Amino acid sequence: MDINFIIEKFLLVTILFAISLLIAMYSTYAERKVAAFLQDRLGPDRAGPFGILQPLADGIKMFMKEEIVPSNASKWLFMVGPGLAMLCACIGTAVIPWGQDLNVGGRIIPLQVTDINVGVLYLFGVVSLGVYGVMIGGWASNNKYSLLSAIRAASQNISYEVAMGLSIIALLLVTNTLSLKEIVAQQHGWHWNVIYQPLGFIIFMICSFAETNRAPFDLPECETELIGGYHTEYSSMKLGFYLFAEYINMFVSSAVMATLYFGGYNYPGMDWVATQVGPVAAPLIGTAVLFLKIFMFIFFFMWVRWTIPRFRYDQLMNLGWKGLIPLAIANIIITGIVIAVVNKF
Amino acid sequence: MESLSNKKKVLEQKPLNLAERMYLPAIVKGLGTTMSHFFKKSSTIKYPEQEREFSINWRGMHSLKRDEEGRERCTACGLCALSCPAEAITMIAAERKAEEKDLYREEKYAAVYEINMLRCIFCGLCEEACPKEAIYLDGPIVPSDYLRKDFIYGKDKLVEAPLEAK
Repeated sequence: MDINFIIEKFLLVTILFAISLLIAMYSTYAERKVAAFLQDRLGPDRAGPFGILQPLADGIKMFMKEEIVPSNASKWLFMVGPGLAMLCACIGTAVIPWGQDLNVGGRIIPLQVTDINVGVLYLFGVVSLGVYGVMIGGWASNNKYSLLSAIRAASQNISYEVAMGLSIIALLLVTNTLSLKEIVAQQHGWHWNVIYQPLGFIIFMICSFAETNRAPFDLPECETELIGGYHTEYSSMKLGFYLFAEYINMFVSSAVMATLYFGGYNYPGMDWVATQVGPVAAPLIGTAVLFLKIFMFIFFFMWVRWTIPRFRYDQLMNLGWKGLIPLAIANIIITGIVIAVVNKF
Repeated sequence: MESLSNKKKVLEQKPLNLAERMYLPAIVKGLGTTMSHFFKKSSTIKYPEQEREFSINWRGMHSLKRDEEGRERCTACGLCALSCPAEAITMIAAERKAEEKDLYREEKYAAVYEINMLRCIFCGLCEEACPKEAIYLDGPIVPSDYLRKDFIYGKDKLVEAPLEAK
């Protein structure tokens, strides 16, 4: 292990961390702008030109607020909750391939922090861990509403993880690998997995809405029933961490959807572009394309949030257990049969 | 029983059909609706820079009027204060001196005239009660401020600007 390797990875991790935070920051701004435009309003436009300094103002506000810890709360866990939520949100970006290998002066630099051969499994682990932040925070608050919200979050995540996992199995039947790098490399050009797995993609997307606690599945934060949900008792930057973690989660799941189903950094005509701009610029264009896809997904997340009302709790469970899981299983069977037939002939 | 008005409509609760149970067609339709609003012009009026056009009978900040010769019309009769349902108006009357003849129209005038803009409900009853046509609610929106005491408007803010010298 040479020193260059360490520097490369350190740089990559730092940049990824900064980008995640930056995107999460501007997601809060984008969310308010999108909401405003969808409702014929203007949105924040006072802080800086077009209000682009609004996230900074919000951040400063969050830091300046008084920090309140309820007297009967479990102090230690109360502090761990937001940190855990933030941590789980941030480490998901490690296995996503952000671009093709960079070739700088004969040295190959992979634009991926680590290419573990069970990348998909790692992502699932991280996503499942994410709910612990919510659960610990909700439980430690010593508040009935927070506890109810934590229970909701846990049951919702478990229910939708099953369908998510099943939809991924069908994808793995197509790709034959768990390594995200290889999954992306297979989708070269326009051979995107969404063409082979449209139903799987829809199931996966619905489940990611539920996993990230986004509308229409934001029952853990259901204001009308649970005040603020699991972060009812939180204030100051701890609350900020929870809200931030939600946006980072949104960014990560957008990246995962783009990687697994929409070809990651691949785009039609990429070989032709590579011959035109050379081996250094081509991977960077691929990265830009990946981010474009991610932004499209983030916009879609927001668009859906400001369109659909929240599901009722029984509807949520019905949809998860009686709708998505049978569909996902059917998808596996159909995919299996089609692959068997195609391989035979 | 039969409905006489013929307006009664009995809603039937039919079980959802397959497309409705899938949610997706309805969701796509809803997404289309919101997206159509995305490109519409927003109806926001950016208030401090832009102002909404008021109707002609809009009631805003009060102003104490002057007559044709630039004299204050108010005679401090107190009818506006009496008519005020919010108890927002108060005044102290004084007698006009001989040299003040071109300042005040009547022999009695308001030395102090105060309206508490936080109490005022802009009903316009003071305007109606005034026998001298001295008060009208024809000003702009009352601006916001930080302290309660700054909302008590005295004559310095209420009296119309003096007539320009001929």
